Amino acid sequence: MSQIVHFHSVSHRYPGGGEVLADIGFRLAKGEMAFLTGRSGAGKSTLLKLIALLARPTRGQIVVNGQNLATLKRRHIPLYRQQIGIIFQNFNLLYDRTVFDNVALPLVIRGYAHEDIGRRVRAALDSVGLLHKEKAMPMTLSGGEQQRVGIARAIVTKPILLLADEPTGNLDPEMALETMEIFRRFNEVGVSVLVATHAIDLIQQLPYRVIHLDGGRISKDQPVAFAELDHE
Amino acid sequence: MSSAAPRPGLLGRWTQDHLREFVATVGRLYREPVSTLLTAAVVGITLALPAGLHLLVKNLSAISFSWEGSLQTSLFLKDSVSAARGRALAQELRRRRGVQKSEYISREQSLAEFRELSGFGEALQLLEDNPLPAVIVITPDTRDGAEATDRLMTELTRLPEVELAKVDHKWLERLYAILGMVERSVLILSAVLALAVIVTVGNTIRLDIENRRDEIVVMKLIGAPDAFIRRPFLHTGICYGLAGGAIAWIFVHGALLALSGPARRLAGLYESGFSLSGLSFSATLAMLGAGFLLGAIGSFWTVSRHLGKIEPA
Repeated sequence: MSQIVHFHSVSHRYPGGGEVLADIGFRLAKGEMAFLTGRSGAGKSTLLKLIALLARPTRGQIVVNGQNLATLKRRHIPLYRQQIGIIFQNFNLLYDRTVFDNVALPLVIRGYAHEDIGRRVRAALDSVGLLHKEKAMPMTLSGGEQQRVGIARAIVTKPILLLADEPTGNLDPEMALETMEIFRRFNEVGVSVLVATHAIDLIQQLPYRVIHLDGGRISKDQPVAFAELDHE
Repeated sequence: MSSAAPRPGLLGRWTQDHLREFVATVGRLYREPVSTLLTAAVVGITLALPAGLHLLVKNLSAISFSWEGSLQTSLFLKDSVSAARGRALAQELRRRRGVQKSEYISREQSLAEFRELSGFGEALQLLEDNPLPAVIVITPDTRDGAEATDRLMTELTRLPEVELAKVDHKWLERLYAILGMVERSVLILSAVLALAVIVTVGNTIRLDIENRRDEIVVMKLIGAPDAFIRRPFLHTGICYGLAGGAIAWIFVHGALLALSGPARRLAGLYESGFSLSGLSFSATLAMLGAGFLLGAIGSFWTVSRHLGKIEPA
């Protein structure tokens, strides 16, 4: 079991709609980082949703970290999601709590002790460069900072897999690059990362595998764009 | 980041999580004092009604029982019983437990009294014999309770010397029956009002859930189990219930204070030692407990119904 994600001829159609994903098959190795690209509507978000169990495939099998998602019972979904860190394009922060409380939430859910939470939250905020903003309310932060709060929340529990849906969609190029850099750092310490993005320009500068979706099918799967040696 | 501090054990976690949530809930409710107080007041009034009625019935029972002291039973003796024996029997009965007073009235006394009171004096003179029996009038001591008094009376009527006993008891039995019915009605009313509390809390929680829909979605996205999402709402419901119980206690206690003056005056007029009995410690606990339980049921029921409908997509 050296792969973290394994899609086996997966198709998905929304009720009454056409096929969003058709016969998708790919593996993401443990510790691998990859980009999922394609135009809007190509099925990138849907693919991530299937991994996060926000949707179920119409056909095919998905295995994540050895767990076949088709056999996962509804009441076990929360525990399953706790293994994954998800980063959203719209951040999905809770705007009535401070940055600290937002990042602490996954730890509170898991029942960590109070002192432990403080330590871990500060470490996570530090890793995204927001340690000084722990008492701020999310509304007072810029888009890039809010996104980094979302990242800190996703990684505070040290997940085995990080999913990001258009994390740079709302950011200017400089911040986008910075965000990708944060993902790279997590990947270097062993976290598997799958990032859906249409910022082709940006990722072409980065030495990672690119899975390209077109019309719900994988049209290209480049192992590594370039500079493989560098990554090794 | 090292994991030096381990996660607490199951019981420690349960305590920690609930304590944490309780503090957060109280803080949240405190920040919205008006809506919190309004809901708590509705719950309080709903709880105060059955509690007050229960207290009313309890006090009425106490009053009606104290009236039993004024009950007298007349034991009509057989004509074969001599005056000496009658007097001795009255003495004997006086020593019996549950008898406060016993008085022997001979046939002659009866006749004299009757002649005086009835105005049939002339007519009675036509009779050769005195038609009136001797009587022992018993005043029961009611301190042993209504049942013991009843039992004593039945025993006395079975004495061999007694021809007939006249117990003027019917009206009291009727009063007891009415009280019994009122008591049952209070019970039924309590059940209906308990339902009202559940619905009130449930509805408030439902609005709360609607307001925090986005938050619930985010929680589900980051893997919060239903128990975790349910917890703040459960605590909110329990807080409403507890606050409602406290408000109900204040209402009932206030009403008691307002009534205690007139009640004392009334008791004075009847020369009775009756005083209003208030809320006991256990009754106070019961009110808070009812609030706690009904709040918990109302919120649990609502959250369970609505949580499944909110899913991230």
